[in-house]
Amino acid sequence: MTLLSPGAPVQQASGPTCYSQLRNDWFCWDYVTDRREELIDATTQHVTITLAALLLAVAVALPLGLIARRYPRLESAVLGVSTGIYTIPSLALFPLFLPFTGLSAATVILGLALYALTILVRAVLDGLRAVPEDVREAARGLGHGPTRLLLGVELPLALPVLMAGLRVAAVSTVALTTVGTLVSYGGLGNLISHGVARDFRAELLTASVLCVLLALLLDALIVGAQRLLTPWSRETRGARP
Amino acid sequence: MRILADTWAYLSDPASWTGSGGMLALLLEQLLLSVTALALAALIGLPVALALGHLGRGGFLAINVSNIGRAVPTFALLALLVTADWPGTASLGPYGRAGLATLIALTLFALPPIITNAYVAVREVPGDVVEAARGMGMTGWQLFARAELPLALPLVLSGLRLALVQVWATATIAALVAGPGLGRVITDGFAANDYGKGIAGAVVVAIVALGLEVFAALVQRLATPHRRAVRRGTASAHAPRVESPAGEPGR
Repeated sequence: MTLLSPGAPVQQASGPTCYSQLRNDWFCWDYVTDRREELIDATTQHVTITLAALLLAVAVALPLGLIARRYPRLESAVLGVSTGIYTIPSLALFPLFLPFTGLSAATVILGLALYALTILVRAVLDGLRAVPEDVREAARGLGHGPTRLLLGVELPLALPVLMAGLRVAAVSTVALTTVGTLVSYGGLGNLISHGVARDFRAELLTASVLCVLLALLLDALIVGAQRLLTPWSRETRGARP
Repeated sequence: MRILADTWAYLSDPASWTGSGGMLALLLEQLLLSVTALALAALIGLPVALALGHLGRGGFLAINVSNIGRAVPTFALLALLVTADWPGTASLGPYGRAGLATLIALTLFALPPIITNAYVAVREVPGDVVEAARGMGMTGWQLFARAELPLALPLVLSGLRLALVQVWATATIAALVAGPGLGRVITDGFAANDYGKGIAGAVVVAIVALGLEVFAALVQRLATPHRRAVRRGTASAHAPRVESPAGEPGR
């Protein structure tokens, strides 16, 4: 009596769903609701890998940028090496970590962090360079030591340029995470490659759209954080006629 | 470190270089794809961006095209083009299987750095230079050809250089969707659990990428011998903020 199970006749009456082999539509809401958990899992992995890479990059970029500023000879070395790394395609960079990290998320995170690092170190240097020299002089005149000058004056003033760099790094990291599918840690990229392999359009397009939305969301969050962190720039912009 | 030994074994085996699926053939295929896509993108992007810069219009679009390009994953666009009914996975002469899909994706991803840099380059020409040229009675075309374009050249070239890096990266990723090029060695190696082969492919791709970058830097230097000093002088004063958002493409 299994033939009389309640769900089966209803499905047959409505015909093949929009993500079946027969129809294979690009847009299919049924797919999104039916595979909700799979989509949430992939998105979670995507966000985790992206955030881990960004945090690692920020944690390394700040001290590296400060050291590079202190020692001009190191600056050209740091910029040269990071430009070289940026030149290497992601599909080729991830395998180069494999002998050390194996088939793990660390392979992807390290690769992505290196790309983000390149952007961020340059942003740190540009941001600090954008601080006017007379502001520094004034702070020194007020008796600020090097640490207080850096934390209280230079970094806050460098923040807009720094955050612009972070936006670029974040958006491109979200997009690049998809390539991690090479070692099966690509988040939404896993769904995209599965979609290509099976010619499954709804899966492919849903994952791609989610990826772009994720990038836009992260970008908006960073812009919001920047507004909160630099209230003075908003005031001056508002005061200007 | 057995993997590294496997890598060396694959690299030093002449059989992996020669033949129709060998690395030399794939390398040539990928170089052909990259050069074609770069030429197409320059042909489309440069006239538009230079004209917009000269007229001072469409700035918002020209600047933001880079931001949009960064948010769209290369892999996702390639996957969409390959899975769609057109251009699909058909082969395209010497460009190989999925050639047209790859070529379209490569050209699209080369456009943002070219457009943004060329537009910014023309806009960055100092206003007093433009005014002086107008005062000398130059027509719009003369102003563009004799004053704006020569001064904009270094930034235009750096846009082309970024586009080259971008195109090479995209052409490598094309292998993830059965596209042509050296990325095949990487994806085939990983698919067959032959990680030595995969890493060997990655090493070759990385070395060629660095070689292309050095080559592009040399060309840029040769093309603008007397401007480097000038640009470095002005760059520290007001340019870095403009150059950095335009400078980093997504890949």
